[in-house]
Amino acid sequence: MDHLDPNVAESRRQFITFCTNGQEFAADIMTIREIRGWTPTTPLPNAPGYVRGVINLRGVVLPVIDLRARLGHGMTETNAKHVIVVVRVVDSVIGLLVDAVSDIITPEASDIQPTPDLARDADSIFVEGIAVVDEKMVTILSMRHLVDSLREHTTVEAAVA
Amino acid sequence: MDPMESIKQTYFQECDELLVAMEEGLIAMESGEADDEIINAVFRAVHSIKGGGGAFGFENLVAFAHIFETVLDLIRSGQLAPEPDVVKCLLRAGDLISDHVGAARSGDTSGIDDGDVKEELRGFAGESGDEGGEEDFEGLDFAPMQFAFGEEEAAPKLPSVWHIRFVPHASLYAKANEPYLILRELACLGDISVEADLSRLPALCSLDAEEAYIAWNIELRGEVERPAIEEAFEFAAEDCDLTIEQAEQDLPDLPGLPDPPGLPDLPELGQPEPLPDLQAEPVKAEAPADAPVETRKEAAAPAVKEAAPQTIRVDLDKVDRLVNLAGELVITQAMLAQSVQDAGFGATSRLGNGLLEFEHLLRELQESVMAIRTQPVKSVFQRMPRLVRELAAQTGKQVRLLVEGETTEVDKTVIDRIGEPLTHMIRNAIDHGLESTEDRIANGKPAEGTVKLSAEHRGGRIVIEIADDGAGINRARVREKALEKGLISPTATLADEEIDNLIFMPGFSTASTVSNISGRGVGMDVVRRSIVELGGRIVIVSTPGKGSRFVLTLPLTLAVLEGMVVAVGDQTYVLPLSNVVESMKPSASEIEAYGREWELLNVRNTYVPLISIGKLLGVEGATKGVGQGVAVLIESEGTGRFALLVDAILGQRQVVIKSFENNYRHIEGIAAATILGDGRVALILDVDGLAGLCRDRSGGAMPAELQATGS
Repeated sequence: MDHLDPNVAESRRQFITFCTNGQEFAADIMTIREIRGWTPTTPLPNAPGYVRGVINLRGVVLPVIDLRARLGHGMTETNAKHVIVVVRVVDSVIGLLVDAVSDIITPEASDIQPTPDLARDADSIFVEGIAVVDEKMVTILSMRHLVDSLREHTTVEAAVA
Repeated sequence: MDPMESIKQTYFQECDELLVAMEEGLIAMESGEADDEIINAVFRAVHSIKGGGGAFGFENLVAFAHIFETVLDLIRSGQLAPEPDVVKCLLRAGDLISDHVGAARSGDTSGIDDGDVKEELRGFAGESGDEGGEEDFEGLDFAPMQFAFGEEEAAPKLPSVWHIRFVPHASLYAKANEPYLILRELACLGDISVEADLSRLPALCSLDAEEAYIAWNIELRGEVERPAIEEAFEFAAEDCDLTIEQAEQDLPDLPGLPDPPGLPDLPELGQPEPLPDLQAEPVKAEAPADAPVETRKEAAAPAVKEAAPQTIRVDLDKVDRLVNLAGELVITQAMLAQSVQDAGFGATSRLGNGLLEFEHLLRELQESVMAIRTQPVKSVFQRMPRLVRELAAQTGKQVRLLVEGETTEVDKTVIDRIGEPLTHMIRNAIDHGLESTEDRIANGKPAEGTVKLSAEHRGGRIVIEIADDGAGINRARVREKALEKGLISPTATLADEEIDNLIFMPGFSTASTVSNISGRGVGMDVVRRSIVELGGRIVIVSTPGKGSRFVLTLPLTLAVLEGMVVAVGDQTYVLPLSNVVESMKPSASEIEAYGREWELLNVRNTYVPLISIGKLLGVEGATKGVGQGVAVLIESEGTGRFALLVDAILGQRQVVIKSFENNYRHIEGIAAATILGDGRVALILDVDGLAGLCRDRSGGAMPAELQATGS
């Protein structure tokens, strides 16, 4: 097992994978605080469509982002089976609405590729890279970019929308 | 942190406390109330500051403290009388030593001119050169002495003893009054011992359930005034026989105090008797006789402690964490109560009762936790005497500052932010409010003007009042000035009250010449804004020739908010109650369209803008029809009066304020969020932000409040 050799364990990052809109995504396990079931949100006025609103997470007012809508594929039709992945970056905590959480993966560093140039567009700034796991493609998301984009651009986009 | 640095921090914190003690002592000396104890306290304070300062090598501070201390020592030993000019010099020296401490703290020790005062002090001390001050720099040996003095000081401060007999009539119970609550209230005033008088209680067979049989004899010890006791019986006074008597102080009993608590009056108790007897005896036979002895001991013990309350310094973050947790508990309890109710358990079920008890405990817990964050306003008020002295010197007016209620406790954030506005208002009171000495004499007033600063708790808020006995607001001049500055229209008819309030307008200043004390026109509007930011209000009451009173009301804490819960569509919002004036159900005829974007609501012949929250925030399912819903009349400092249209008012409650800006960002029109009893998040509306949002939306200015009879 890898964990017997601390050097190897350190060099390999672990990711949690989840799917939405039929695609697999991954986020660094260190940014994930918890995973919880969907609860109805309190909508925020004048927020972009992908901001589903806020929920009460044990006293913390947690904004919830619809990942599917954030990636430009329309709003998720929510039901009780949907999950909210609670993400923490520095001091900010947000929730990410996804269809389901799948797995924990530990890809080799060599299995992670940078985003292909062709696929670059405005919304892919929070794609950190692509990993191939069991011959399947997983998009690794940068939680930091996702959280930062929420804190900085929301009003601008709201005004445009 | 560097260990030396942290010791230094502790030293400065101690200095703050010592400076307060010194200032208090000096002021007592000024008013001629100085006894040896007070002079000693001042001396000790200066000495301790010097001692610590020497250890850190603050030379200027030590040199100044030394000469200051020398003069105090002379007064202490009776070689120098505390004449008014001596005390005046000491007060200036006190100000300077606090400057020295401030300079040492900031590291900038240049620029304090203490030469004159030093010379003057030397004059009193009868010395000319600098004398070696090294002999007792290990000044810490005074600490134990301080404690000893504290005890002595406390002894004459014995609390008064009240005997209260409380005989409720049946009508008291009929009006749903509860003696227990009254007794509990009394217990808050001091130490009480209560004895139920069951002598009128009949046998069970002849007992009338609706009749009142039990009376209580209460002994209350504490520094309590009669009105405070009467207040506890306020609602019951008509339905009971009440006698309140102050007992004679029996001081001779006190020498017994230092004895170990071995109950000297009950020698038989010391004998090895079986335990049941021991317990039974004092209760059965001797309880009335012994109880006072026991309570006296209890009462006296806290009095001794009072002189030097034990404190610990705690990191503010830890306290805030506790405050937050208590807030969470309250929310969780509310959720739990709702679930229990939904599950069909009534309030009288065991579960319901338990929950109720839980709720009481929680409320008490929350209050206690909040109380940790509170501090006496003293820390702000104590800066004012110096300010008044300096201003009096600059303006040549004779001013006396009266301070009341300085032990009133307020949240630390309020304390931190109230200093500036208060300073400003006191400046104004002295500079603009009080007349010159000649004018005062000409008007038949005492030459010395009085400025009164007071604080008290009233109805869950703190009320701070700044009152002067000066000329009052010169309304003719205020009006003239406002016209000149274009703040009001020449045709406007204003009530006296409205004219008074003009002084809060930005850019308003009536001082004909700009003095360096006040009069730059950034005064009262800034004061008002800082008060409003703290969730407070400010009111002026001015009587020409008699003086002005500025009354500030502030919330006790900034962590909770008194809110009106409203429904808009499927959403629930909270409006800060401090902004709400009234609410009404407008009919269609009372709402008029104004231009393309606006609607005006007729409130008793005054038209105010009506903003629909549903429309503005895009809430689904909000009422759209004219004449539906409830209009809440809002008064805000920034926007004036306007009305918000909501679907329904759900109630009024205290909500815990939760910021989400750390996780998201600021939303225009939303102040923060809170969590309701059902666990869902509700947004707290920011009324000024809503008005701003509305203005931006329509791309034009908001129609001002219009008089129906006017334009």
